[in-house]
Amino acid sequence: MDGEITVKITFPHMGNLWIALNTIFEELGAEVVVPPPITKKTITLGVRHSPEFACFPLKVNVGNFIEALETGADTIIMAGGTGPCRFGYYAEVQREILQDLGYDFEIVTLEPPQGSLLGLAANIKRLANYKSWNEIYRAFKIAWQQINALDIMHAASLKVRPYEEQKGATSKAYEKAVSLMVEARNTDSIAESLSQGLQIIESVSRVNSSRKPLKIGIVGEIYMVVEPYANMEIEKTLGEMGVEVHRSIYLGHWIKEHLLPKLFGPGDVEEIKKAAFKYLNHFVGGHGLESVGRTILYAQDNYDGVIHILPFTCTPEIVAQSILPEVSRDYQIPLLSFSMDEHSGQAGIITRLEAFMDLLEQKREKEKLLGAV
Amino acid sequence: MTTIGIPRSLLYYNYFPAWKCFFEELGAEVVLSDKTTKNILDSGVKVAVDETCLPVKLFYGHVQNLKEKNIDYLFIPRVVSVEKKEYLCPKFLGLPNMVLNLMKDLPPVLHLDIDISKKNKGFYRKIYKLGKLFTPNPLKTAVAFKKALKKLSEYQQQLLMGYTPMEYLDSLENGSISKQKYDFKDSKKNLDKREVPQKLKIAVLGHSYNLNDSYISMDIYKKLRDMGANILTTEMLSQSDQEKGASNLKKDIFWTFGKDIIGSAYYLLDQQMVDGVVLVVSFGCGPDSLVGEMIERTFKRKRTLPLLFLTLDEHSGEAGVLTRLEAFVDMVRLNKKTA
Repeated sequence: MDGEITVKITFPHMGNLWIALNTIFEELGAEVVVPPPITKKTITLGVRHSPEFACFPLKVNVGNFIEALETGADTIIMAGGTGPCRFGYYAEVQREILQDLGYDFEIVTLEPPQGSLLGLAANIKRLANYKSWNEIYRAFKIAWQQINALDIMHAASLKVRPYEEQKGATSKAYEKAVSLMVEARNTDSIAESLSQGLQIIESVSRVNSSRKPLKIGIVGEIYMVVEPYANMEIEKTLGEMGVEVHRSIYLGHWIKEHLLPKLFGPGDVEEIKKAAFKYLNHFVGGHGLESVGRTILYAQDNYDGVIHILPFTCTPEIVAQSILPEVSRDYQIPLLSFSMDEHSGQAGIITRLEAFMDLLEQKREKEKLLGAV
Repeated sequence: MTTIGIPRSLLYYNYFPAWKCFFEELGAEVVLSDKTTKNILDSGVKVAVDETCLPVKLFYGHVQNLKEKNIDYLFIPRVVSVEKKEYLCPKFLGLPNMVLNLMKDLPPVLHLDIDISKKNKGFYRKIYKLGKLFTPNPLKTAVAFKKALKKLSEYQQQLLMGYTPMEYLDSLENGSISKQKYDFKDSKKNLDKREVPQKLKIAVLGHSYNLNDSYISMDIYKKLRDMGANILTTEMLSQSDQEKGASNLKKDIFWTFGKDIIGSAYYLLDQQMVDGVVLVVSFGCGPDSLVGEMIERTFKRKRTLPLLFLTLDEHSGEAGVLTRLEAFVDMVRLNKKTA
């Protein structure tokens, strides 16, 4: 090409985020190197080179970056932040780590608009090969539609899974639905992929059961909730135990909160703040306040229990973790807190989940009896 | 007289002279928790969530300790931000809430939210609201506040002269320090007055609340001095020196204490005014996990100033810490001789 330097863009994995980012940069004509899916090797690489008690997402990111740089990427896209959560400083530390490892790369941090709107715009424009704002807008719009569609399909899969006849059928259907979305690159095809995907998920054969499944809400730090590899596929595990899971945080929420001006913010922020007020009346960074507020909302919606997921040493979530037991007592809603990192083992988690299920079943039986009297 | 309990922990080391002055001006009596003991720490560890960092666990312990004293109020301010576009660690943001949810039967808590990250408009209103508990006269509160600020800057000056917060704060109770005049013209000269010539000079960087609690830090200052080293702490470096150091960063760091630490570290690395740096971090400290990593990598790359990275938690043994300090000081001394 006429003197244009082509960069090979990569980014961290976080649930389905790669699909949207891949769309944005491909539509803008950049070359994308999607990091290989997270595996044991990714984690090992990340952990080896990251600070020991940094939070888990940072370590996984580093693993992703190393694997992507090894496969030819040279430009890393990372989100920034203005604190107080550590995430806002990830990119700075990750740059140091990768530099010391001798890689030749650039890391572009997209700071939220509250930080510097102009800086953000300049970075986007540069990454987009100086395409027109119209084209950039279109690429972002498509990616945004994909994310929303993916979130809808995910929510549908959670509803179907507890009833599936054959274990794993829903997960297979969901994966198939997701793969349809990867290729959809305009509004019409996204809508079509969505309806097709939903149909695939809905058509999973289900058992006819009069038994009402237990309902569990998931709260916590967004990365750990959204990335199945990081949370040991807790949603799948629970679903296959016959539990209807509801997830409170989706990628779409996070993007609305962090990358769009307040005007377009998710409508439930005020509701969450209000619910949490008696227990936590101030933001603490990350999703600490949301974890407390949403737990209360789940209790008010008569959920059977709440599971709180956080990366080991996550400061905002430790604030939440310190407050949640009191909430759980006051609202009579059983709560299980999982602090996860590279040392978490699936067997241990399953055991704890099984015990938790027993407790929830017992509580439900007891309440039924009380109702009968 | 109204008595107000203040935990001898966390921000006590940064702001106590001001708090004490403010409340006393308003006619209240200030009661401190006892100095840290094993019992105090243990009682804090007992109520805390496992992963909580050591200093916050200790804070709970000090609150428990105050509960046993005869106090009318407990003062637990929520210090969100003391500098524009900067924050304290998330745990400071949730501190009063964590205390109230983890501990029962506490005396009423005096709240004060301090947040000047964006604007400081509401700040004075909050101070007046706090003052209202003691006096209906806002003028009296304003005077008390002004005096408190003066006390704070006096305190900060004494620190710049080479006193550690611990030394100064102890002197508030037993009057052992005679105040010296601060030389505004030459900040480095002030430090020289307290130094023993011909000795090693070692910087001890870390959070004030860890380093100045002699139980938690295992009296690292005294240990180093006994080994024949002059010490330098973050408090002894002026704000502008720290800023100078922090300007090496590509992106401004948004934790005030983290910035002080990394700014000091980078400043010392540039200036070569000490022979070694000991970086003390408590286990589970969120900001320090990143700040420490940045410092360690930069020092390793430059290889001009020896660094000891010391992580503390409630299981740290004194012997282990002493051994590492001794080895480090020996190494620094050898380094200096051969240089």
